Amino acid sequence: MRILSLSRLYRIKLEPRLKEPPGWYPPLVSFGAIVIALVFGGILIAFVGGNPFLSYAHIARASFGSIGVISDTLVKATPILMTSLACAIAFRMKLWNIGAEGQFIMGGFGAAAVVLTPILPPETPGWLFVPVMMAFGMAAGALWGFMPGFLKARFNVNEIISSLMLNYIAIAWINFWIFGVWSEGGFQMSPKFPKAAWLPRLLDFSDTIPLFRGLTTHTGMLIGIMAAVLLWLVVYRSRWGYEIRLIGDNPRAAQYAGINISRNTILVMMLSGMLAGLGGMTEVSGVVHRLQTSPLAAGYGFTGIIVAWLSKLHPLVIILVSILFGALLLAGREIQPSGIPKMIQGIILVCLIASDFLLRYQIRVSRAGVEA
Amino acid sequence: MVKSESAIQTEENTVVRMAGIVKRFPGVLANDHVDFELKRGEIHALLGENGAGKSTLMNILAGLYRPDEGEIIIRGEVENFSSPRDAINAGIGMVHQHFMLVPSQTVTENVLLGLDEPRFFMRLKEYDTKIASLSEQFGLKVDPKANIWQLSVGEQQRVEILKMLYRGAEVLIMDEPTAVLAPQEIKGLFEILRSMTEQGKSIIFISHKLNEVVEIADRISVLRRGKATANGLSSEGVTTKELARQMVGREVIFRLEKQASNPGDIVLDVRKVFAENDKGLSALSGLSLQVRAGEIVGVAGVAGNGQRELAQLISGLRNCAQGEILLHNEKISNRSTLYGIEQGMAYVPEDRTQVGSAPNLSVTDNVIMKTYRQPPISRGGLLDMSQANRFAEELKLAYDIIVPTVDTPVRLLSGGNLQRVILAREISGRPDFMVAVQPTRGLDVGAIEGVHRLLLAQRDEGAGVLLVSEELEELFALSDRIYVIYEGKIMGEVNIGLEEPSDQVVDMIGLMMTGTPMEKIGEGL
Ligand SMILES: Nc1ncnc2c1ncn2[C@@H]1O[C@H](COP(=O)(O)OP(=O)(O)OP(=O)(O)O)[C@@H](O)[C@H]1O
Ligand SMILES: [Mg+2]
Repeated sequence: MRILSLSRLYRIKLEPRLKEPPGWYPPLVSFGAIVIALVFGGILIAFVGGNPFLSYAHIARASFGSIGVISDTLVKATPILMTSLACAIAFRMKLWNIGAEGQFIMGGFGAAAVVLTPILPPETPGWLFVPVMMAFGMAAGALWGFMPGFLKARFNVNEIISSLMLNYIAIAWINFWIFGVWSEGGFQMSPKFPKAAWLPRLLDFSDTIPLFRGLTTHTGMLIGIMAAVLLWLVVYRSRWGYEIRLIGDNPRAAQYAGINISRNTILVMMLSGMLAGLGGMTEVSGVVHRLQTSPLAAGYGFTGIIVAWLSKLHPLVIILVSILFGALLLAGREIQPSGIPKMIQGIILVCLIASDFLLRYQIRVSRAGVEA
Repeated sequence: MVKSESAIQTEENTVVRMAGIVKRFPGVLANDHVDFELKRGEIHALLGENGAGKSTLMNILAGLYRPDEGEIIIRGEVENFSSPRDAINAGIGMVHQHFMLVPSQTVTENVLLGLDEPRFFMRLKEYDTKIASLSEQFGLKVDPKANIWQLSVGEQQRVEILKMLYRGAEVLIMDEPTAVLAPQEIKGLFEILRSMTEQGKSIIFISHKLNEVVEIADRISVLRRGKATANGLSSEGVTTKELARQMVGREVIFRLEKQASNPGDIVLDVRKVFAENDKGLSALSGLSLQVRAGEIVGVAGVAGNGQRELAQLISGLRNCAQGEILLHNEKISNRSTLYGIEQGMAYVPEDRTQVGSAPNLSVTDNVIMKTYRQPPISRGGLLDMSQANRFAEELKLAYDIIVPTVDTPVRLLSGGNLQRVILAREISGRPDFMVAVQPTRGLDVGAIEGVHRLLLAQRDEGAGVLLVSEELEELFALSDRIYVIYEGKIMGEVNIGLEEPSDQVVDMIGLMMTGTPMEKIGEGL
């Protein structure tokens, strides 16, 4: 009743926003969305009989509470960072690469192939092993990006479909190898890599810096941050990045400026695949230390799509958002019942996406009587 | 004086009164305490330079923008629009320069789009007849059952008008309606506007073409840099010269000082080209023409006779099926667009928003479209953004582009200012050959004068210019020779001296434009 009478008195209107909102507005809206999501999540936790405050405190502790879990958060954030960068560069050109997942997996395969084929003998020193694995990982990812790119450029095949399909092929492909040729004693995983093929981790330095004892953060995070900075440079400061932005904004204008759209379609898809492949490499060489399906095909490619969007395709923002998502993933492992963090993650996502609406529209409340 | 009177009295036949309207955009005062008054049954022209604030003022009246200050009074009642829907409910409809129609749907469907009526079942037949009778009432000839994509630009405009009339518009705002129309279509539009005012509708009409304004408008208001400099001037006895002075604040020379041309070698040689248009129909059939260094060559013709395709062919955006095009004796047809750019060719496309610019990128990003590959802007694969910004600042100054900063996305620029960005980019490269399609579309008189000067200066420095325009006046003012195009063929070629062409020449061009080849005219005379 009360609501009814209120609605008679006030009218709420949505209007498209005509001015660009001031700079502080978008971050504030995102922050507000997260707060609202946490409130909703809290209500839900209370509903299933939990104490929302304790749960949240637990989640916070589980992902940022000590140097140990912060390190774990960063480990989780690394693959997300790479796939998000991969998606961001493709989306910048309005190429809807849904295949970061497959490109990531192939990157892991390429890196593993260096050890398992073997392309380099096991006694190879680390300074050679790691770069060669990176090169192979990126090449395999780039190949997985090249295929949908080429099909799009040459035959105008929809890249959403083709890149999505390639995800399944990638999974089948590594399964083929670890079930057969590279299987370790019949288990569905390859033998463990020699130490030299591992990315250095913080704990490797615990002899000199005792603080690093037990920290599994590996060089992949550093590589990822470097990749993000490099990507920023490419997008905003390079000739090629300019071409990508131009094509993304108006392909006809790009054509008019003499830019070859087909070639860029292929190149950008390859760069995208390369970044995702690099993520697969760092995951294999930094965390898993062997080739195995489940840790690779864990949905990082899809999380990357979301993170890229939430970050508005900005490479440096992606670093921060990836770490947040890494934390949520980690909390998912730690918390019981384990569905809760997933659910909160979902609610935060929905709220963030909905808040985007507020950036494009504004709400105006007016007294009904005043309206003519 | 007109202002203070109208502010006090509320005359009975005043439909719209806007008082003290202020609208600020970041860095721009688009409307600065503007008063505006519209009477019932009049055609009221709104004039002003590019970026003067005309579109902004009308967008406020149509409910798209909210004013920062001031009030809008419709038939004596203060209104507070927060959406175009509110405005149309108060009887105010606007036809924008860029149409907002759904190409794959019929006229009727487009008119009904977004209305509460018909609710679920589309009894289209019934509405077809309704809309047919409405269009008949105002002389808006258009088939309700036709799909939008089949219609010409003029017909699409009529659909936009119908849409507003169907929603009960009493006041119709038209933002540069004639900029996209061919001369014949303009005549048709004027008849429609007159028939609407006879039936009690009121019309606000924005245009940069002063002779048009003198012909059609009953009263005229002028904006200059956001302020009203004339309010409801009677159009009786007003000359275009006077109007131009009101707008620009100085004398505008209409007749350019043109030196005799000094043509050199052939720069562009189009040899018997055949090409298709987007729909796969024949657009050019065996067209040949030449442009020499140091001359401006006009292409006259009714829109849609292959001008667009010809320009695309030369710039490398389209391939020809037969024939070839040479630039400096090198074949450029069916090669990449980049090749032409590298050969120093500039191209002002007819469509500034769809082809000529990237709306969400900044002014800087838009002006370096042709030069980003060369130093000093390009430095070993990287872009030197400080150089790029400096370049943009220079062009902003030299071409009088009104924009707060060069970081502004160009979608926020006024129509004329966007055109200036494109012209600045193309001309600043000092090309030795240039294709310009409707280069002055949407520009104010002062700016047109400026562009004409620039084109002539280019010519005098030895550049060849191919000028495609639908405005004969512009062609006569600039061209040394004019080709007349009809259905993808050249009907004939006319030399233009320094004097105004005789009536005989004008008639001849008119005949060729409607499909009579030059030889036949010679026989008749
Ligand atoms: N949404 C916007 N955001 C920021 N600035 C704007 C916006 N719309 C218009 N402007 C600025 O306001 C000024 C007035 O623009 P407006 O479109 O009203 O000009 P106009 O008189 O219609 O010019 P033209 O004849 O070139 O179309 C311009 O400087 C323009 O850049
Ligand atoms: Mg305008």
